[in-house]
Amino acid sequence: MPHDHHDHLSPSGHPYRADQDTGLSYWQTLEIAVRELMIEKGITTAKAVARQIDTMDSRSPANGARVVSRAWCDPAFARALRDDAAAATRNMGFDIGPLNLIALFNDKTLHNIVVCTLCSCYPRNLLGLPPDWYKSRAYRSRTVREPRAVLAEFGVTLPETTEVRVHDSTADMRYIVIPARPDGTEGWEEQDLAALVTRDSMIGTGLVKAPT
Amino acid sequence: MLEPGTRVQVARHMPPGHVRTPAYLRGRTGIIERALGAFPNPELLAYGLRADRVPLYRVTFRLDDLWDSGSTDTLDAEIYAHWLKEV
Repeated sequence: MPHDHHDHLSPSGHPYRADQDTGLSYWQTLEIAVRELMIEKGITTAKAVARQIDTMDSRSPANGARVVSRAWCDPAFARALRDDAAAATRNMGFDIGPLNLIALFNDKTLHNIVVCTLCSCYPRNLLGLPPDWYKSRAYRSRTVREPRAVLAEFGVTLPETTEVRVHDSTADMRYIVIPARPDGTEGWEEQDLAALVTRDSMIGTGLVKAPT
Repeated sequence: MLEPGTRVQVARHMPPGHVRTPAYLRGRTGIIERALGAFPNPELLAYGLRADRVPLYRVTFRLDDLWDSGSTDTLDAEIYAHWLKEV
């Protein structure tokens, strides 16, 4: 290979990027200090912390999709979900802890969308970790002010006859949107229906996939 | 106990500290959507103080009332009873 003096390129021909070694923030330092103290004092262990992170990472939108597809197939479950979503999902076997959950049902006249303007409240037990944009200032401030413009940027344009209802998750409740069952899926098995349910359709920023 | 359908106004307070009433809803008027039961007051809980349980409500607001945007869409938020006054 000819020596080309491009010392800003790596051996593979890509430009070098600066390392993200910006030092720890105040809060990162605090977290490390508290964690190390708790381990030192025997209140928790490094293993227990790692196990909890594993548990958090193991949750995914597939959990929520199972809830949605069951609600589409089982009217008694849909009613239970409407009455007390925490109890209904707990009875399905999901470990949702002390979570208070409200299921928001979409139909042709109502589209629900969830945001947490104060922080990043999210039904992690059913949807896993929130996407980065959910925590962004832009999403949090704009969704309560111009939800249709935000939806349009997600590729969702709703007719004027459909009311958009924004849910600001300000306190003790968490929310999951139950999108409407798509036409053309009559007789489908629950697990095939679950494959149509996207993460964003359960936040309200997306729609379910079209059946093929 | 505020019944669903009751018209309420959110207090205009601007206290310091951990408050779960978003600033954009303070002073605004909405309708009780449902009562959610009582929860420990986060304004005390956040500081490790003994937190009394306060009734929590979901309140529906019209976006047009919040932003004067001409929108016919709505917004629901959870507001603690001590921030609400029947109007």
